[in-house]
Parts: sequence; structure tokens; C-alpha cells
Amino acid sequence: MLLDRSGVIDDVWTVIGEDDALPDGPAILPAARLAELAGVAHPVGVHIDNAADPRSLQPVLDRLGLISVAFPSFADGRGFSIARLLRELGFMGRLRATGPVIADQFAYLLECGFDEVSLPETVAARQPADQWLAQLDRLSAGYQRGALPGATDRGAGRQSILDQRRAASS
Amino acid sequence: MYRYDEFDHRFVAERTAEFSAQVERRLAGHLTEDEFKPLRLMNGLYLQLHAYMLRVAIPYGTLGSRQMRMLAQIAETYDRGYGHFTTRQNIQFNWPKLRDVPAILRDLASVEMHAIQTSGNCIRNVTSDPLSGVAADEIEDPRITAELLRQWSSLHPEFTFLGRKFKIAVTGSEVDRAAIAVHDIGLQIVRNAAGEQGYRVLVGGGQGRSPFIGKELRAFLPRDQILPYLTAALRVYNLHGRRDNKFKARIKILVHELGIEEYRTQVEEEYARLDADAVRHPAEEWDRIAQYFALPDLPARAEDDAGYQRALKQDPGFADWVGRNVHAHRTTGYRAATVSLKPIGGIPGDATAEQMRVIADLAEAYSADEMRVTHEQNIVLPHVALKDLHKVYRGLVGIGLDAPNRGLVTDIMACPGLDYCALATARSIPVAQRISERFGDTNRQKEIGPLSIKISGCINACGHHHVGHIGILGLDKAGVESYQITLGGEPADLPAVGERTGPGFSYEELPDAIETIVDTYLAAREGPDETFLQAYRRLGMGPFKEALYDAA
Repeated sequence: MLLDRSGVIDDVWTVIGEDDALPDGPAILPAARLAELAGVAHPVGVHIDNAADPRSLQPVLDRLGLISVAFPSFADGRGFSIARLLRELGFMGRLRATGPVIADQFAYLLECGFDEVSLPETVAARQPADQWLAQLDRLSAGYQRGALPGATDRGAGRQSILDQRRAASS
Repeated sequence: MYRYDEFDHRFVAERTAEFSAQVERRLAGHLTEDEFKPLRLMNGLYLQLHAYMLRVAIPYGTLGSRQMRMLAQIAETYDRGYGHFTTRQNIQFNWPKLRDVPAILRDLASVEMHAIQTSGNCIRNVTSDPLSGVAADEIEDPRITAELLRQWSSLHPEFTFLGRKFKIAVTGSEVDRAAIAVHDIGLQIVRNAAGEQGYRVLVGGGQGRSPFIGKELRAFLPRDQILPYLTAALRVYNLHGRRDNKFKARIKILVHELGIEEYRTQVEEEYARLDADAVRHPAEEWDRIAQYFALPDLPARAEDDAGYQRALKQDPGFADWVGRNVHAHRTTGYRAATVSLKPIGGIPGDATAEQMRVIADLAEAYSADEMRVTHEQNIVLPHVALKDLHKVYRGLVGIGLDAPNRGLVTDIMACPGLDYCALATARSIPVAQRISERFGDTNRQKEIGPLSIKISGCINACGHHHVGHIGILGLDKAGVESYQITLGGEPADLPAVGERTGPGFSYEELPDAIETIVDTYLAAREGPDETFLQAYRRLGMGPFKEALYDAA
């Protein structure tokens, strides 16, 4: 199941393995095939594992339409920092969390800069989309700013309680 | 004291509702037990040996009488009439039922309390000096920083699924009463050469199975950079800390394996790179929090008080108590007083609902409505007028709260051990009780002088045994409890990890072994002014080892 803050969405991207031919459409490459990025006409994404150094993607960030970050387990939180880093490095494309994360993490994922979540069917079966969307209203505000301060139109940034206090007192 | 504003109230209410929904989703099968476990831990709910345990946060140990009375009410309504104050300035209830937990959380929220991040692999309750705002040697009240960090770390989107728990302590004085060197991050408020206030930052201290004393990460960090700098320090840990082995996942192992220089390089690089202005706290927010921690309006008092002097002469118990449990206060005519939760033969840190109410009443009447939980598991009444000290003392007599033993051999720290804890390998509480009874005589305790005994019932070291002057670690040797003894540990004054005496002792042998150590010290000390720790540092392990093992 693929979902973002609007609910379940269609996946226009094809995930490509080590030896697969490139499709005639948007493709998510394994990190090892990133060199093939140059000659491709369609949008290209990349899938990285959570031990990868996101800074290594810096030279190609503006040519990537999507970055998928692996979550081997919902309890392994490295992906949250990777997303923050990628946003801070200036990545403006889609950020996808891929793996068995849980609905209770949806707000955290969005606040760290992810746009969408790609779930294995086992998790999707137990936690249907309505449980994920319910998480969006979980907290009206936290004490930290979202990943894209000031960019609330992208839906990812949020005002922190500290910002709200300042607005209320001025 | 800090008071919630509308935003804090809403945050805690929403968090309570979220946890209630999580309990329902667990019961309905939407969450597996594996998925639910970290969620309930992040809300302070453990599954122990016999029952659930709920750990309630007491941020930096500070609370008022209405909060203490609510803890008493919760103990009576949902538990067995008592609670256990912990070595991290929190309180634990040992017998709540899962279905009652949402109601308990709502009761707590009504008095501005919660159980957020008292457990789990996240940033835990920030601890501080129990004499904050009282001590004359303080540069700044560390609770302003601690409250800022409490808010910043609460449900932090990036740092809520760390490799392991993360503990931060703050001290505002040169004399460290917050044990900052044995925390993942320790902050000491300092002034630089230009007179600006900021922090000395320690990293990678900790106890557990691999004890480390924290290393200096920064000699001086400007105050307004604390959140960006901690963000960088946590991010490096979150990305690079080990995830392959739970026992090697704390930041102390990362710092040890990388070396402090390499860890520092990575943190400084990240700190230089990130957008500090987006993370920094606004100056108004600092000022807003700081006003809550201004010293309360204490009526002017004379330096001395005739009634106090008379009571000292006429009530020897009071004189003993004043000699041990009363601390200087920065305001003329005032003192801070420690209420000992270590009655002779009692369970360290336990308090009944009745005792909690008595302490709350005394705080309301005589201590500007304020109390502090100490990491030694006692309660401090921080603002008592000299003329009221005897009334406070009389209020503590008769209900097991008057022990004149702060910092003495019976002021024992102990984890819950095998009586409650699913991780424990040996009992801790009965060990503490037997040692306490052995040394119960007040005069004997006075003769022995300052001596800390700290007991952990497994290598996770919740009883801080590594930094006890005498540390006791309970292990399981082929189904039999065996207690290792360490000597010379100290959390603050030249922090050090204790050294093992040698082979362990059985449960039955242990009180005699402790007595042998104490007798060896008394015989070898240069005079009554040389404390156990000083004598150990002068003599080394030799004479103690000899006395413990050669005679047998």
C-alpha cells in the first residue's frame, strides 16, 4: 500500500532491481545503479538503505524525482534523520519511507520531510489507511518545527508551539 | 515552578488521548505486541514480573503539593497505597491495571503531569540538581534549561526511535549534585572569559554493563546554541550508533568506538551545516520559562532564631536531623531540608499515600509549596524558614520520615530488583533493608560519616552501584544470588567507577562483608575528618581486600 497525507495513492514508479531493464516510465533505481541516471528521459528515483550517507547523494539531488529510504524495522529510526538531512541539503522531490513502519509514526515521518509511505501488505492489512489519516489530527502542534520551516504550503512544515506562543504574545 | 500554558495543556491532553487510542488498537489487534511495546514504553508503561508498572515523570524532580497529593490519590485508587521514587527523580507505581492507565494519565494531566518518555528508546526525563535555585554556588537555575529541553525533546519527530534510551542531566553549580558525568549528555552551566553564560558539554557517560565517565565534548557552548548543538549530537548518534546489539547501542559505546575526537568532529560538522536558526529557541521563550523559576517571595527573616536554638538544645533528635539533613540556602534565615525516604529497615524510595500527603502539607505550609525529588531517592523541602524547621521536623516524626541519615551509610540507593523487575538477577530491596538494620544506630552512623551504598539487582545498574562508595551488584550464579562488591565509585566529586574487591558474596554473607569494609575503614582512617572515599583513595584496595578475603 502506498499512501500520503491524502490517503491511498497510485504508484507511478516502478522499483527496479539490480539486473532489471529500465521501464518506459518513472523508475526507482537501486543505489548501486545511480550512474545510469545520466541517460534516462523519464523521472528517476533511487532507493537507499538506512546505513547510507545521504550526503553522498548531494551532487545528484536536483536530478532525482524521488528518494526511497529503507526502514528495515519500525523501531530502527535512522530514516528519520536521513529524511531531515536530505531536506536540509535541499532535496525538493518526493521522499518515500519504504518498509514496515506503523501508523503511529505517520506524523513523525511527515514532519521529518517524508511525503509518502510504501507499506508491506501485512502492515497495511492490520492498519488500513483510515488509521494513518487519523494520525494527522493526533497532535495539533509539537514543540519542534517541521522539516521545512515556512513551507507549510508543501504540507510538511508546521508551526511549533514555540512559534505559536510567539504569535499569541505579539 | 513551571506552570503549563494552554499549549502545554493541549499537548498533554492530546498525547493522553493518543495513548488511550493505542491501547484500544492493541486490544483490537491493529497493533501487534511488538509494535505496541515501544509505544507503551514511551508512555512509561512497563510489563514487570507480576504486573504492569507505570513510571510518571517528575521533570527535574520539582513538584508542588497538589501534584504530590494527586500521586497519593493515584497510589490509593489504582495501586496498593504506595509509590516508589526512583533514581531519576521520577515515581513508579508497581500495580496498576492496563485498563486503568488512561484514567491515571487523565488524572495526572489535571495537575500538569504525564508519563511521556519515562521509558523507551528516546530522550528521557531531564534530571537536575535538587538544590536548584537554593544553592549559593549556583550560576543559574539549571531547571530553565531542563524545562526547555523537556519541551524540545517531547515527541521529537526525529529522535523518538533512537537506538537506545538517552539521558540528559543539567547542573548550574561547580559542585555537581546531578551526576552529570554518568549521563549520555551532561550539561554544566558555566561562564566564559567574556562573562557570557553557556554550557560545558559532556558526552558518553553512563552506567549499565559498560560504565563510562562522560568526556568533554565542548568546553563552552553559548546558551542560545543548546538546541542546535544537541540536535547535531543526537543526529550523529541516531545515524551512526550501533543497532546490531542492544547492549552496545548507547551513545557511550559510539563515543568509545569512534573516540571522542572523531565523534566531536562529526558533531561539529553537522552543527556547522545545519540551519541553527530554525532550531534555536527564541530569547522570549527563555525569558518566559525563566520567570517561573525565580526564587519565590520569601518573607524576610533574621539570620538566627531563638526558638530554633532552643529546639536544638531540647530535642536531640532534631539536632541530629539538622546536622545531617539540612542544607544552606542562599536567602538569609532559610534552609533546605531533606526528608529521608530511607527509614531504618525500610525500602529505599518508597512512600505511602499518607507520607506523600504529610510531605505535601509541610511543603504547602512551610516550603513555598515546593518539593524536589532527589536522585538519591529522598525529597527536599527547598525553602524552609529557620524558625519553621522544628515544626517541619515534628511533622515528620512518627510516620517514618524523620531519619537523620542523608549521605550516611543507611541512605542507601537501590533498584527494585527481583521483587519487581523482569530484568533483575538478584534481590536488591531486602539487601538494602538488612544493611540498613545492621547500621541502624544513629551514633554509629555519625561516627562512620559520609558513605554511600548503592545496590543494583542486575548489570543494567539502575541502582547506580558503579558510583557508590560501596557498590553492590546482585548476580545469578547457577541459580544462587551472588553479590559483587565495588569500592571507590563516585558520581560527582572527581567522578570514578568503583573497583571490584574480588569474588562475590552470598546473600547471607553480604552484611558481614559490608561491616568488614566499614570496620577496616574506621581502623585505618587518619581521623574522623577523613571520609571513607578519601581513605579509600589514599589506601587503595589492598587493606580492604585483605580484610575481606585473607581472614576467611
